[in-house]
Amino acid sequence: MSKESLRTPLGKVRGLGSAKHGAGHFITQRVSAIGLLFLVPWFLISLIGAVRGGYDGALAWVSEPLNAVLTLLAVGTALYHMRLGMQVVVEDYIAKHGTKNVLLVLNTFICIVLFVAAAYAVLKIAIS
Amino acid sequence: MSSWTDKRPMSPHVSIWRWHITMAGSILHRMTGCANYLGAALVVAWLFVTAAGPDYYEPFATLVGSIYGQAILFGFTLSVCYHLLSGLRHLFWDAGKGFNPKFASFMGSLILLTAVVLAMAIWVVSGLVPGVDPLHVTGAAS
Repeated sequence: MSKESLRTPLGKVRGLGSAKHGAGHFITQRVSAIGLLFLVPWFLISLIGAVRGGYDGALAWVSEPLNAVLTLLAVGTALYHMRLGMQVVVEDYIAKHGTKNVLLVLNTFICIVLFVAAAYAVLKIAIS
Repeated sequence: MSSWTDKRPMSPHVSIWRWHITMAGSILHRMTGCANYLGAALVVAWLFVTAAGPDYYEPFATLVGSIYGQAILFGFTLSVCYHLLSGLRHLFWDAGKGFNPKFASFMGSLILLTAVVLAMAIWVVSGLVPGVDPLHVTGAAS
């Protein structure tokens, strides 16, 4: 066993091995997690207070400069973190090559669309 | 399937593992991560309808305020609490700490319990449970 390669014959022919992005994925997943450790409790507690005031309360809350900046930080970091997480889930459970790639691209698109929508909303409210 | 010729080591299959708390914790971490994915979309939707104006905000608020909306929101609160605490443990694991089996099992149960208590505490203290408002935050006459 010790002298045998762990790679499949198909793997040897097809590819050059890993994309060499594993360490980067690991590190950024953790760095965003550390940020979220602080941002999420603040956001969760603030959000409950902001929602309580109805539409006017929500609008007034997002208008505050500090709330706007921290909201974008929290949402942006969360979307970044969850894109990385969902990527691993898809890679782990979806074996079919085509389906996997479609889902990976979809995951990226969804996270970017959500971020652009959040950025538009917060900036529109904060800068007006 | 006797035609299996691959000599590479195989990971033991799911079915031969005994169910234990660290396994449940790991599965729950993934499940809550996926649930938070949907929850984040809900938060972005809330920001978007706030920017779009009251015509969009009010139907959204009605939907979220319904019994189903509230159930989803509590589920999201619970999911965030669990994933946050479990994620903190993952950071300790990454640093090489907390792998002692007894301690890991204990923390698995503790984190699950803390997440449930924390989510319930957030809802009670914030006055989100109908008729319960110990800190008088909702402004409603008690």
